[in-house]
Amino acid sequence: MNLTVNGATHEIESGLLTPLLDVLREELGITGPKAGCHQGGCGACTVIVDGEPRRSCLMPVAHADGAEITTVEGLGAPEDLSPIQQAFVHHYAAQCGFCTSGMMLAAQAFIDRGGTDDKEAIQDALAGHVCRCTGYSKIVEAVAAAARGDEFDLSETAVGKYTTMTTGGAE
Amino acid sequence: MATASLALSEATEVLRPASEDEAVEAYGDGTDILVIGGGTIVVPDLTYRRVQPKRALLLKDAGLAGVSRDGSRVTIGAATTIAELVDLPAPIGPCAANIGDREIRGAGTVGGNLCAGEGYEAPRGDLQGALLAVGATVRSAGAGGITEEPLEDYLEQRRSRLALSVSYDEPVAGAFAALDRPHTHDYTALAVSGARAADGTIRLAATGAGWWGQRLPSAEGGDAEAALRDVEPHDDALASAWYRKKVLPVLVRRVLDELKGAA
Repeated sequence: MNLTVNGATHEIESGLLTPLLDVLREELGITGPKAGCHQGGCGACTVIVDGEPRRSCLMPVAHADGAEITTVEGLGAPEDLSPIQQAFVHHYAAQCGFCTSGMMLAAQAFIDRGGTDDKEAIQDALAGHVCRCTGYSKIVEAVAAAARGDEFDLSETAVGKYTTMTTGGAE
Repeated sequence: MATASLALSEATEVLRPASEDEAVEAYGDGTDILVIGGGTIVVPDLTYRRVQPKRALLLKDAGLAGVSRDGSRVTIGAATTIAELVDLPAPIGPCAANIGDREIRGAGTVGGNLCAGEGYEAPRGDLQGALLAVGATVRSAGAGGITEEPLEDYLEQRRSRLALSVSYDEPVAGAFAALDRPHTHDYTALAVSGARAADGTIRLAATGAGWWGQRLPSAEGGDAEAALRDVEPHDDALASAWYRKKVLPVLVRRVLDELKGAA
């Protein structure tokens, strides 16, 4: 079977019941999706499958046969961050970083389906994604900013000029 | 490149039926076969080696998904995802919307939810309560061929029959009430569903008050406290039996009030 990940198509050798997460990480070496709980409870392994966020640890790779998959590696590159990645940097929405790729992919799918900066809608879109640094406020602010289309000068963010943010939306 | 989970998968024969007939034939009498709908429950069981089946049946492409209507009769294919139910009228829609999170609802299926249960850390099978409340019947395959029976009866033998679809008459009024949950998990500790049929009959059922969905006939006359006569709640990681007994009548009363208020 074939998997298309971030635009590149791969012939897969793993067994059909292998979780998509294990195929991505161990057969293809794509380590953006994290193996947090490996049982669907933490959200760290979330990837986008044909436009919808999915727990890659719960999906037998057979279910992704022929699908288009996006991992965090497909959002942007270190020298060319995507808007959601820039928003996470600017709003200090990543601490240890383990939940970040899953959070950003769930957020990207949310924005792609027309999500706005409404706080409750963002919380609903990120439900099931656990941040053990408890950085939820910053994460929600970052997603709201990306949904609004805010633009950032990350060279200024890096030296700490921005320390106050607003969420906007439903508050 | 080989890992434990890769080796495990290769030891299992994977069947991918492309139609209901093929699925029924592949399932046979259900011996030594693991049915995979969305995978949300069974894939972790495979990953952690709690199950090591000889054969696995993937239902995704078997044509068992979709919601159809014939007059007031609603039929839901077993491979329909939870996400496809969230806009249905109460109690089914609100119950579906209360399950897990977007990713889980998009993958988990009705059939898998009906066959879940006895989750010792947390209740599973949220839809069982809502579907019991609307008096659903289940079409299933297994020894003796294809049969259709009330959900109560199906739940007793769900490990030995392949669910194909579930049907019910749209109630005149429906209601759903669940315990709020902390943000740290997305399981339902306790929920109550209710429905009023065209002839005025009220049916109530709970998820989380027992090992699987259970009707609450004693409370259907309007006495919410009487629901406690129908169930024996247990302790698990989410709530104690004591707490469940305290809260069950509260949820039942909310559902009864909502049914009473509905036109």
